[in-house]
Amino acid sequence: MATKLKPVDAVVVGVGLTGTILAKELAEAGLQVVGLERGRWRDTDPDFAMPHAHDELRYVKRHELMQDLSRETITFRNNANENALPMRQLGSFRPGEGVGGAAVHWGGLTWRFLPWDFETRSRTLARYGKDHWPAECTSQDWGVTYDELEPHFDRFEYLYGISGKAGNLKGRTIPGGNPFEGPRSREYPNPPLKTAYAGALFNDAAQKLGYHPFPSPSAAISRPYTNEYGATINGCVYCGYCQFFGCEMGAKASPQTAVLPNLMKQHRFELRTHANVVKVNLDSAKKRAVSVTYIDSRGREFEQPADLVLLTSYVLNNVRLMLLSGIGKPYDPVANTGVVGRNYAYQTPSSVTLFFEDKVFNQFMAAGGLGMTVDDFNGDNFDHAGLGFIGGGFFQAATSGARPIEVRPVPRGTPRWGGEWKRAVAKYFNRSFPITIQGACQSYRGNYLDLDPTYRDSYGLPLLRMTFDRHENEHKMSSWLTNKAAEIAKAIGPSKMNVNPRTEKYTIVPYQSTHNTGGAAMGADPATSAVNKYLQSWDVPNVFVVGASAFPQNGGYNPTGTVGALTFHALQAIKSRYLKRPGPLA
Amino acid sequence: MDESGGRRRFLKSVGALSAAIPAAAAAQHADHAAAKAEKYMFLSPAEVAFLDAAVARLIPADDLGAGAKEAGVTYFIDQQLFGAWGTMAKMYRQGPHAEGTPQQGYQSPLTPQEVYRTAIAEINAACAKQYSQPFAKLTAAEQDEVLHALDEGKFALDAVTPRFFFNLLLDNTIEGFFSDPIYGGNREKVGWKLVGFPGVAAAYTAHVDKHGVPYDALPVSIEDILQGKSALDEHGHPKHVLLVRKD
Repeated sequence: MATKLKPVDAVVVGVGLTGTILAKELAEAGLQVVGLERGRWRDTDPDFAMPHAHDELRYVKRHELMQDLSRETITFRNNANENALPMRQLGSFRPGEGVGGAAVHWGGLTWRFLPWDFETRSRTLARYGKDHWPAECTSQDWGVTYDELEPHFDRFEYLYGISGKAGNLKGRTIPGGNPFEGPRSREYPNPPLKTAYAGALFNDAAQKLGYHPFPSPSAAISRPYTNEYGATINGCVYCGYCQFFGCEMGAKASPQTAVLPNLMKQHRFELRTHANVVKVNLDSAKKRAVSVTYIDSRGREFEQPADLVLLTSYVLNNVRLMLLSGIGKPYDPVANTGVVGRNYAYQTPSSVTLFFEDKVFNQFMAAGGLGMTVDDFNGDNFDHAGLGFIGGGFFQAATSGARPIEVRPVPRGTPRWGGEWKRAVAKYFNRSFPITIQGACQSYRGNYLDLDPTYRDSYGLPLLRMTFDRHENEHKMSSWLTNKAAEIAKAIGPSKMNVNPRTEKYTIVPYQSTHNTGGAAMGADPATSAVNKYLQSWDVPNVFVVGASAFPQNGGYNPTGTVGALTFHALQAIKSRYLKRPGPLA
Repeated sequence: MDESGGRRRFLKSVGALSAAIPAAAAAQHADHAAAKAEKYMFLSPAEVAFLDAAVARLIPADDLGAGAKEAGVTYFIDQQLFGAWGTMAKMYRQGPHAEGTPQQGYQSPLTPQEVYRTAIAEINAACAKQYSQPFAKLTAAEQDEVLHALDEGKFALDAVTPRFFFNLLLDNTIEGFFSDPIYGGNREKVGWKLVGFPGVAAAYTAHVDKHGVPYDALPVSIEDILQGKSALDEHGHPKHVLLVRKD
């Protein structure tokens, strides 16, 4: 029997990147806010303290900062004809657990999606016609445009202190930045990080080929910076233990460094850790959320009434909570009805590895998001006529951290073990670097999330079931993009290179990217989206579902910058309109 | 970089010396160091013998230096199997279990502990049949034959598929060779020295944009820092000692 608690104005389910911002802003706006976090409290000291912070086995292979699957996981299958089985250990993606969520161990690349990304469907049809649209593709316009989001991108980048170089200031092209980006209202808050050798070589080669390289935008920041919340993020020292790690320097922007110091001082905010929300309770008409039910570390069940419910956990859990709570109609791919679980997408990463005989790169001196990027082949920045695919991705000479358990490239054809392998590892560990390609991923009718009929979590509740494979569009795109990247690689002059396009059936085993998207897609039409352009549930308007769960499909970028912009976009609508007159905003 | 000439030459010569030690001598030296630390928690003597032999083929000792056996990888695997990972502490273990597709990953109901125990017994039994000896007593060429057969899925195993066991073993061997010595492998940081990885990072701000300039540092481990063997900067990063080339 649940203990019923005193009502509050707002409850935030998941205290990570989006939850911390919303909680801080709403508490400051006068609301009584409770943050419910299923994991534990984590902070720079002691959780990411030296020397243990630099332990590759612990953080990369044993997933110290990541979700404990013994309590809850997902099930997976490539298509609806297969039997979904549990993801028993982490592989393809690595969700976080605990305060700060995945934004503790994120890599830090902080992009704005292109104006085209937000209007994928209408712009593709307008430029190329219906015949160019991939079969079964359910990608759609977001219901919000880049121009509407620009102030919110700006706010997030200034809050997180992002290092980078503008390429488009109010429509004016700025040399050294990304000429393809949407117009920005001002320069990045901090200058770019230093350029590593790999980036310098890539920069020269790309320029000679007529492309437009620029420093990647990074949340490992280039100098100490104090943000609007009064939090100081330190300057990065390029230690190279960034992605999959917490930052001992407090130099990677995260909830811990950018928001929590302020949030924890808000007297109208209360954080409850080890509070696992299992359901949002609706009124009898299923039109209004009245409370959430959570279970604490002693197995006690609580009901927390609230006027406003913000689902701010990871993509997958946002969708699962909607399904467990009956918020919105579950998607049915056979009947092609319903919206919750629809438009699940991912990323299509690929790479080219360059090997040299006579150059050392010291790739272990690194930072999350350290690199030089070419964006000439992202979105619709190039003519797709006759190519047989839509979308693209950025290419980056990445210096994001080389540690030898995971990063020990050898030329193709080298045996997997034995003396010859050892020789190649010894030779090339420090004489190689990758160009990584962050390919987009469209959404398709048969890729979706629903509740698994068989497997349960530790509370006995159904796991989320993922049905996913990339389609021909992604395979063609990946081949084409990776070959383009290989041309740049060739111009750099390696002795050997491995060209690794992504053309195989999706597998949940090797790490690819923690960029799961969709399932609670946003849009202008309630028949094809679970939330409106303000991330408000169409069906239960006092529930907002905030995160990459709202992406109708994934662009050729890391998602966090766009997640940050959507958060501030939703926040503005809540503060300026919803709180004055609670009800549907669209 | 600012070391005095004498110190520089000394360190350089230490580096040159260790590279010049014949493999067998290096192996013996590391073996001696290993013997002191071995307090096995899970593996039986027969399993230790199997793993010593197997990891020595996966990452052999050679003219480049110590291999996985000398690095203490068997002990590393023992410690991992005995701990949280070996008992699937963070893995989802509920049934029903099914083999699934390769894309669905680890589906065995067996923990890594159970996988090692069962697979090693099965492999030794098969070796006894075919070669009249357990795996550890085979010649290097025969051992390679068995390992290749496992790798290529051509070795009959019952409890798990041969490739599943082989991948687990190879993965753990690489982990044990390159992880911080605090876990019992990578003894004397031989894995890091092999590839030129400095281990626990220094602040690299001043070096990251020195393009193409080698950074030959004596690697520093977590253990070194915990034992006070490394000077630290104000943020707790080690001050690396660089081996500067004189020539």
